[in-house]
Amino acid sequence: MNPSALVEPDRVHKSVYTDQQIFDREMENIFEKVWVYCGHESQIPKPGDYYAVTIGRQPMIMVRGADGKSIAVLHNRCPHRGVQLVGNLKGNTGGAFVCSYHAWSFHLDGNVRAIPLARGYEGTAMNKSNPDCNIKPAPRVDSYRGFVFASLAAEGPTLLEFLGDAKIAFDDMCDRSPLGEVEVVPYCHRMVQQSNWKFFMENQLDALHPSVTHQSTGISAGRVEKRIKEKDGHAPLHYHYLSTFASSFEQWDSVQTINFPHGHGILKAYMGLRPQDPDTLEYEALLRSAYGEAKTEEYLSRSIHHVLIYPYLSVQSPLQQLRCLRPISPDKTLSEIWHFRLKGAPEAIYRRSLWYFNLVNSPATMINADDLENWTKAQWGLASDGGDWVSFHRNHGDDRIENGVAYSNHGTSEVVMRSQFKAWAKYMQGDAA
Amino acid sequence: MSGAKVKSEAAIPSAGADMGRLLAQDVVIGGEAAGPATGAQRMEPSHSPRATLAGQPAHERPLPRSESVAAADLHREVEQFLWRQAELLDGKHWQAWVDLFADDGIYWMPVAPEQTEWDGTPSIFVEDKSLMEIRKGRVSHPNAWSQAPHWETNHLVSHVVVESSDRDTIAVRSRFHMMELRREVIRHFGGSYRHTLARDADGALRIKLQRVDLFNSQASFDYVLQIWV
Repeated sequence: MNPSALVEPDRVHKSVYTDQQIFDREMENIFEKVWVYCGHESQIPKPGDYYAVTIGRQPMIMVRGADGKSIAVLHNRCPHRGVQLVGNLKGNTGGAFVCSYHAWSFHLDGNVRAIPLARGYEGTAMNKSNPDCNIKPAPRVDSYRGFVFASLAAEGPTLLEFLGDAKIAFDDMCDRSPLGEVEVVPYCHRMVQQSNWKFFMENQLDALHPSVTHQSTGISAGRVEKRIKEKDGHAPLHYHYLSTFASSFEQWDSVQTINFPHGHGILKAYMGLRPQDPDTLEYEALLRSAYGEAKTEEYLSRSIHHVLIYPYLSVQSPLQQLRCLRPISPDKTLSEIWHFRLKGAPEAIYRRSLWYFNLVNSPATMINADDLENWTKAQWGLASDGGDWVSFHRNHGDDRIENGVAYSNHGTSEVVMRSQFKAWAKYMQGDAA
Repeated sequence: MSGAKVKSEAAIPSAGADMGRLLAQDVVIGGEAAGPATGAQRMEPSHSPRATLAGQPAHERPLPRSESVAAADLHREVEQFLWRQAELLDGKHWQAWVDLFADDGIYWMPVAPEQTEWDGTPSIFVEDKSLMEIRKGRVSHPNAWSQAPHWETNHLVSHVVVESSDRDTIAVRSRFHMMELRREVIRHFGGSYRHTLARDADGALRIKLQRVDLFNSQASFDYVLQIWV
């Protein structure tokens, strides 16, 4: 398999979505090398708190250390006979991990603590000074503004080098808090997509699809929003979250995308999230007293709908939500969706963004229902012999490229997919994208 | 047994090639000659590995009130109401279903059982009548693409218990099981309903709050819930 033969500047071969060998190579060359999001520090506040997390094909544990500060990311596997050490998605393991099979126990940093009848290992290669007795850790763990990442590659770009300009995702989210910090809302929406992970990544910055795919919800919400406005003079913002999906093709074409190296990207803002109601004014006053006039304006005027961190993360910083992909197989992908609270911001600001979490990102979503239907059908269509290539020709050659960053002249330009596959091909050839 | 007894702390004898002699060694663990604590006895659990439900271990959950406080006629009226609601869903009579709610009625499906308030908390569904109208309008639209595949549901409602009843409100709990057919795949959803009912000006029952606890609400969802459960 030669990845460069599958990716042309304006089209890709269908097998990149359907082929098991390609999927395995993606896991090996991309997901098990790049920095993968594990979770937010506030998910594991106390020593022994853990979350099970999958990096590529590897079941891992993110755990808070005994000092209450450090965080380790460890393979969920006892080094003795391979039994998984935690069997639950989350919990607290107390002062140690204890294997349920032969009671090997480990400190929270993964180092072996005790082995029953340890003298049985005297004179063997497996004694307590052998590092093979410890739980294997992720070679690199780092965090940025409270968001924890791990890389299963010992060498490679640093977290900040990997994120590049896309680190604005976390700055934009945290800067919106008067304290510069967010904390997790401890409920995760988890949904399985019957489709390749790449559909989600493409779709996030695909500005042509909303008014087609989400027409039914956009129109229905617009009708109710209009009636409420006529009756009360204004409608709560969450009606607009839904109705705006039915904007015209021309309006969507005016929403620019910015496409960074490594496949990361930004869809610029389009929802108008700065109403001048009393709650917003109170909130903005808090920001001004924390940061001053100029910084506050800078923070609140950033034009971001969401930021994509290729190949697995979509961060909707203005509404404090994050969607993280965990690919399962070529045609199956788990998405984990989280909401964050701006520390020090009024309750009303939290509730406003919560509506997006509940209406758009929940398992009863009136939006993604139709996305998932598209991607399922795409997966089936691409498995057929009805054609071999997937077209990304829209506005090819029309984009403005400066310092390796591609700015679309049209919101609906398929530069998004072209840029993502440029990074994909590099990773698949074994280069850092 | 005629072989020598060997204390468990003793070294395991080497039998060499003499299998007959090895099999004659009889080790008995336990009894008064127990040595120092080993293995599981030595491990003081510092945590419980069990998952908690409703934020607490299962044995700490309060026992449900089992007795129905309603007289037979009220009990029957409530049952008929719940069964009608289920039939309206299965028949896709969306407006008639919405009409069962009071004007300020709320349909709520929390993410986790320990959640107590619908307002301001992460939810799978949290809909007043305006949001219900959006959902109804959406699924009825010709271009609601996810509605194109054939799908049906079948609800069973049982275990109806009227927990309290006074002049203003009736609190009812029940169990449901919903099978959903989509294309050729069947999914199962089970759980409990809690209805807070009141009477409208004509004396008819109306829903002030319907809480729906899916017992699998925290498992990952394979595809989404299109409509109310």
